[in-house]
Amino acid sequence: MLALTILVDGITYASWLFVVALGLTLVFGVLKILNIAHGSFYAVGAYAAASLVSWFGSMGLAPEWSLIALLMAGVATAAILAPLTERGLLRVFYGRDEVLLVLVTYALFLILEDVTKLIWGANPFYVTEPYGLFGNLSFGPLSYVGYDLMLIVLAAVCGAAVWWGLNRTRSGKVVLAVIHNPEIASSMGVNVSKVYTVAFLIGVFLAALGGAFTAPMISVQPGLSVGVIIVSFAVVIIGGLGSIEGAAIGALIVGLARALAVHTWPAAELFSIYVAMAIVLVFRPEGLFQRVQARKI
Amino acid sequence: MFRTISLGMVSIAVIALASIWSPKWLLFPATMAASHGIVTLGIVLMMRSGVVSFGQGMVFASGAYCAALLAKHAGINDALVLVPAGGLASALLALPFAPLLARYRAIFFAMLTLSLSMVLYGILVKTETLGGSDGFNVARPQILGMELPPDMANLGMFWLSLAFVGALSIMMRIYFDSSRGLVALAIRENELRVEYLGSSVQRMIGTDFVVAAFLAGIGGALTGLTLGHIEPNFSYWTTSGELVFAAILAGHHSVAAVYLASFVLELVRSFSALYFPNTWQLALGLFLLIVIRFLPQGLGSLWIGNRQRSDKR
Amino acid sequence: MSQLLHTKGLRKSFGAVTAADDVSITITSNERVSLIGSNGAGKTTFANMVTGYLKPDAGSIEFLGKDISKLSPREVTKQGIARSFQIPQVFLQLSVLDNMLVAIACSQSELSFTRSSHRAEAIDSATRLLERFALHAYCDRKVVEMPGGMRKLLDIAMALTATPKLLLLDEPTSGVSVDEKFPMMDTVSAALESEGVSVLFVEHDMEIVQRYSKRVIAFYSGRVIADASPADVLADEQVQLYVTGRRK
Repeated sequence: MLALTILVDGITYASWLFVVALGLTLVFGVLKILNIAHGSFYAVGAYAAASLVSWFGSMGLAPEWSLIALLMAGVATAAILAPLTERGLLRVFYGRDEVLLVLVTYALFLILEDVTKLIWGANPFYVTEPYGLFGNLSFGPLSYVGYDLMLIVLAAVCGAAVWWGLNRTRSGKVVLAVIHNPEIASSMGVNVSKVYTVAFLIGVFLAALGGAFTAPMISVQPGLSVGVIIVSFAVVIIGGLGSIEGAAIGALIVGLARALAVHTWPAAELFSIYVAMAIVLVFRPEGLFQRVQARKI
Repeated sequence: MFRTISLGMVSIAVIALASIWSPKWLLFPATMAASHGIVTLGIVLMMRSGVVSFGQGMVFASGAYCAALLAKHAGINDALVLVPAGGLASALLALPFAPLLARYRAIFFAMLTLSLSMVLYGILVKTETLGGSDGFNVARPQILGMELPPDMANLGMFWLSLAFVGALSIMMRIYFDSSRGLVALAIRENELRVEYLGSSVQRMIGTDFVVAAFLAGIGGALTGLTLGHIEPNFSYWTTSGELVFAAILAGHHSVAAVYLASFVLELVRSFSALYFPNTWQLALGLFLLIVIRFLPQGLGSLWIGNRQRSDKR
Repeated sequence: MSQLLHTKGLRKSFGAVTAADDVSITITSNERVSLIGSNGAGKTTFANMVTGYLKPDAGSIEFLGKDISKLSPREVTKQGIARSFQIPQVFLQLSVLDNMLVAIACSQSELSFTRSSHRAEAIDSATRLLERFALHAYCDRKVVEMPGGMRKLLDIAMALTATPKLLLLDEPTSGVSVDEKFPMMDTVSAALESEGVSVLFVEHDMEIVQRYSKRVIAFYSGRVIADASPADVLADEQVQLYVTGRRK
């Protein structure tokens, strides 16, 4: 019984993690930037969702519309913030040291923390209406909230969509080329700049989507971004930077580890995530799905 | 090198003298700049080999907690015992992790060190006997057995910090100019070649990690004793982030630049907190972007320039 | 004449590619040997295995009677084998002098925390070696500002600081203009004369091979197909077929 609870809890948490980590690993794979502000985009998505759901509610729309609101929050966040960030900020620093770019995203994180506070204030928002939309499902004595299970489906859809987009479409192959070697791709006529913009847009969208769909489950308040960043980093490092399969497996590992901790030894929650990461790194120093290294000399 | 050291010592003496007339609002950031600067010096040490630690918070906190706990439970009052003890504790904490971390570079090194600091943060927050998330207070220490009179306390702590700054900076300057210091710069350029020339890169990075931890422990102990309070936040990733920020601002060529950078940051922070209490992170973030954009080699590059065979390396 | 390097039955594959197939070579002291073969024939793989960068799938490597097949590049260097690289592995942002000083520092048994990297004896040794390679005039220039040919010379000079008994030069004249190849190899030969090292160099230019080596080992598809004097090897049927092209 406990095992089943841990399993479902783990997978639920893993789905949430996966949606967020997917965007992070995609941005790293294409742009080679580990985006600390990824958590901030998540937070903005959550806040935008809170605003939109309230607005839809105040317009008297049926509760089902709140799901559309969540989706729109993700789209709006990405549409506004992604081009602004990638074109307006990151582009200035392309080609600089990997770690320096991380610091740029750290600066962006600081800026967005205060910007969200300026726009939405410091008080928490509660937008719980969508949470009850899917009712409850019972498996014997256990009861699960339908919304949580819907998240699992959402995660699967996102993962499948990105995988299919990358591996089965022509544009996807172009993106894969840029992931492997932007210089050569560029000399073959690929508009690498555009690929960067699109990849970043998708990455932000996934983060914001994660935030938007999580908003009904939590209180939306300052500090959201920080919790997300730390955990999604662990997932991406475990899975291997730039790997979609890695993000999925990493999310599952972290999700299950955390569920195990929460149900058996709650104090070790954060600990469990890092222990999982440490174990993986001992055997696979670059994560589970390492990029193949070409010969240097 | 001797010229740099002499110049440094004279500057410290002048600053110490000038601080007698300094207003309190200047003295506090200056003291913080000194104690944080020592930690940043350790980050710069590692940066010279091309690795950036995003988790110095871990060893910063362990030094602070060690000093505070010794003061509170072991009845040790003398800062000249507490501070080095903090340094030693941090070095010992870093020791088992050094060989493991030395196998990683770039993002991985940064993220692993960050994770370690967050694990410590988690432990500190959950440990009620250490004060939990509030931390606990530390009494003002004695120096060389003498109590600090209340009106001289701030100055006393500043001079104490300056003393450590002086001693540690001399040691670091000698290290930077040594054979090992030059090879560190080479590691940053081409690790493989350094191995092929016969030196163990991993051993050097591992050693540097422990030395940087020692520095962070001393900085942590000094900070804690000056503030009179220690808390888990010392190990939080944003604390580490600000320390790295100072290192980027300083650049990795000049020791003096480290303290200047720390001081500038403390001023920006106090200034922002005072005039933009709700947007000080915004101000800090913008400042960071400006620094990265326009001073890529840090402040030190302003006066080091392109000197090749320089004793200010 | 003592035996320096002795490899027996070396094998190495990368997936479907056989980079080394039963390679058995013996090098004695004071030899000048060139390794020839088309791209992908296994010459650099051989150099990488001898110097510990790659571990052979099978076979043994002995140096001065000691088994070195499991050692890392650092340990191999300490045994007395040094190497220069196809793409010069130098420290771009450091000056030419600093590059040499790094090499000198690394060749000591212990790296000092306190002794200055720029102390007189070190600068002396560095300068003397740089003079032999005609690089002394560029002491203070950053390597990133120097042309490829000079970076190669620096690479070789750095390899010599450890006073090796065996020196592996990977394509010393590739990337060097035609007019500069001979002067460069003359400089290198003169510099090596006084060292008493055995030199193994990988080369594609047959004129260089004939002029500067006394023995040639030809590779094809990971196997050694010829091992004799330059004249004999270059006249060999198989070598002409797989490496040099038919002689008119």
